[in-house]
Amino acid sequence: MSADTDVEVLRRQGRIVVVGASLAGLRAAETLRDQGFTGSLTMIGDEPYEPYDRPPLSKQALLGRARPEDTALPRRRDIDAEWRLGVAAAGLDRDAKLVRLANGDTVPYDRLLIATGTRARPWFHPEEAALDGVFVLRTRDDSARLHRKLAGAVSRVLVIGAGFTGSEVASACRELGLDVTVAERGPAPLVGALGGVIGAVADRLQRKKGVDLRCGISVTALEGDEVGRLRRAHLSDGSAIDVDVAVVSLGAMRNTEWLAGSGVAAGPRGIACDAGCRVFDVNGIVTDDIYAAGDVARSPHPLFDYQFLALEHWGNAVEQAEIAAHNMICAGPDRRPHLWLPMFWSSQFGVNIKSVGVPSLGDQLVVAQGALAEERFVAVYGYRGRVIAAASFDGAKWLGFYEQQIAAGAPFPPEYRTVDRRTETLHPIDPAFPDPHLPTHGATVTLTGHSPSERRVAFVPAHA
Amino acid sequence: MTSGTLVAQITDYANRADPYPLYAELRGTPVRREDDGSYLVSTYYEVRSLANDPRLSNDTGNRPAGYARPGQPAPESGLPPSFIFTDPPVHDRLRDTINRPFGPPHSPRFLDGLRGELAKTVTELLDAFEGKDQVDIVEDFSYPLPVTAICRVLGVPREDEPRFHVWADALASSIDPHSGEDGGPEKAQRARQDMGAYLIDLIETKRRHPGPGILSALAPDMTPADLEATAVLLLVAGHETTVNAISNTTLTLLRHPDLLQRFQKEPELAVPLIEEVLRYEPPVQFVPWTTALADIDIAGTTIPKGSPVWLMLAAANRDPKRFQDPDRFDPDRKDNEHLGFYTGIHYCFGAPLARIELHLAVPELFRRVKFSGLLEDPPPYRANAVLRGPRHLPVAIEGLTA
Repeated sequence: MSADTDVEVLRRQGRIVVVGASLAGLRAAETLRDQGFTGSLTMIGDEPYEPYDRPPLSKQALLGRARPEDTALPRRRDIDAEWRLGVAAAGLDRDAKLVRLANGDTVPYDRLLIATGTRARPWFHPEEAALDGVFVLRTRDDSARLHRKLAGAVSRVLVIGAGFTGSEVASACRELGLDVTVAERGPAPLVGALGGVIGAVADRLQRKKGVDLRCGISVTALEGDEVGRLRRAHLSDGSAIDVDVAVVSLGAMRNTEWLAGSGVAAGPRGIACDAGCRVFDVNGIVTDDIYAAGDVARSPHPLFDYQFLALEHWGNAVEQAEIAAHNMICAGPDRRPHLWLPMFWSSQFGVNIKSVGVPSLGDQLVVAQGALAEERFVAVYGYRGRVIAAASFDGAKWLGFYEQQIAAGAPFPPEYRTVDRRTETLHPIDPAFPDPHLPTHGATVTLTGHSPSERRVAFVPAHA
Repeated sequence: MTSGTLVAQITDYANRADPYPLYAELRGTPVRREDDGSYLVSTYYEVRSLANDPRLSNDTGNRPAGYARPGQPAPESGLPPSFIFTDPPVHDRLRDTINRPFGPPHSPRFLDGLRGELAKTVTELLDAFEGKDQVDIVEDFSYPLPVTAICRVLGVPREDEPRFHVWADALASSIDPHSGEDGGPEKAQRARQDMGAYLIDLIETKRRHPGPGILSALAPDMTPADLEATAVLLLVAGHETTVNAISNTTLTLLRHPDLLQRFQKEPELAVPLIEEVLRYEPPVQFVPWTTALADIDIAGTTIPKGSPVWLMLAAANRDPKRFQDPDRFDPDRKDNEHLGFYTGIHYCFGAPLARIELHLAVPELFRRVKFSGLLEDPPPYRANAVLRGPRHLPVAIEGLTA
């Protein structure tokens, strides 16, 4: 039997199991059916809900403009799946080709897609984390609980961590008229994703909107009263503030623990897979029946020195899921690489923030359009003389252009004239990332083509 | 055929009814240099890319001497250009301000609040078909509705409409590249002055006695000159675009009786059908007023700094590299990301209003009116090559339901 016949049989009567019933899992399932997969499809999800959208949970849902239960993801088509919701996957047996569920059931597969995503990093002290008033924000239930709390009588909210989620929560609190303190260990909000130069803009913005922002500070302890309600937070500068709500926004953890001992290359940084979304085993050998997509996956990207990128981005989840699904039911030559350019957005304090590429790789930065002082600009990041990323405040419509510049390995700084260029000459500055990367070597690579099906790697010589 | 003749043919009135074969020929050279140094861009990905390119300016003041500068008021007038002919940061400041009373986030319900009155207008216009066996869809239907809508949006008295109808026509023709042949620029300049004088009075009144509509809302936040330029732009755009969209939809459906029948049975087809019309017969056919601020490499060509660039939306909308079987009118088309409303920072400001009008007008028109067919095909077109649409659309009708 040839491999192609195998694929034909698989497409007709194979068993595909998707672990993770959120954005990536749903889009993968829809793609499978779209591309003619007629076998059995099982969707496993630890939450009791059908797939829902997360971006509104830290924005409209906190403001009460959308109810968390109304965030169900729109369906592109009927997927005719068996849903196993409210029960987590607990283990993977590669030899027997089956997934073990937390309730003891087993689900056999011919092809497996892992899209288990991430969860909120909890407060490090379990007893303090259990205090009434301490929240994390990742799920529909988290959002509903936090919204209910914020709608009640709240004197002051403490947001721990000024990354994107933390900043969005702080923004929602201000919009609700609540006093809010933000404690950020780094020198400025958003500093890890965008660097200190842009972080300083976010810093000004937060203070202007009335946030009590404390940078270079960590929260050392959360203190409750005798009935277990949060009352006070202790900070690393020795001070303490009275708060009745704390939102722990310390980033995400990848849901890979259930794969321990399974022999696939899964760990705290995600599940390693190739550009075709096929998961590696611990020996670095690619599997052919296990795929990964979404926040939990990390795969090498040719534009970024083949570094493995794990992206917690909405758009990445969609595209990676579509490619994984396509590749699951295709023979080798028809498979496509996942070469998505990282892109994400946030809305906070009345500003739309968007980024494309990998800013944290940047060793230089210029403000190509607009002005930092006006909180409306496009900043372009350079890496070894080429454009590697761009970030905008209220300038999202320009990022498609910079995306093309990144994909083409365009030279940095961008010296051509543009609209809203404020200076005759651009002077690159250090973007001020707290933890500078080490320079690496490698050929420059460009992406070509417009749709994922056309995109292929093309090598061009490194810039002289 | 030399390169000079194709653009002349596109603007030639003789080809107004069906410019699409010319656009197809144009796409053979996606970025095409004209003899005068202008560049015509006609393929989808290239048009989309340039419309989003910060090296392209909408301020025609950036053009070297000798080129037409549409949108630039005569220097002696002392007037600013309207926001469509500006670049950031001026553009963003103006557009943000004007959007405040118009759309979300500040005024999410403003347009929705117009539905009732616009629906009533649709009903009245269609009621007037009673007893007739032929009507002119343009004069009797697709023109009056957008006029009512834009008057409401701005807060301009509807009864003054006959006065600014003439001005709007003259101004719209001034963006047509070949309008110079019939004394267009002078006529437009005069129309601009007359309309300006009318609006200055009106704005002054609104400043003292605020009423409904965005002019009153904007009066405290904008200079009189900027507000006047904005009002002129919105009045012209409101007059000259949606009318074509409604007429084009009617014409296209009457040319596709099978789809017309299906639409009458499936009213939910309205959404993809209207979007498909915006792809297939876009009311703004091309944007001839952009300028390269730097050398731009695209599709194997370098557009030199200073060149006027025409973005051919209607040609891009029928690019077979983007749309399968592009000359087929197909409301079932998936992924119909057409350029009918442009793209990028100058994306049509009135698009949400236009969609509301189209969705109130089109389904009701085909629900109530029993058509027997077009009386003239092709119908007579307006002169304007950019804002292209029928001047009249005479149709035979058999009856009207309530």
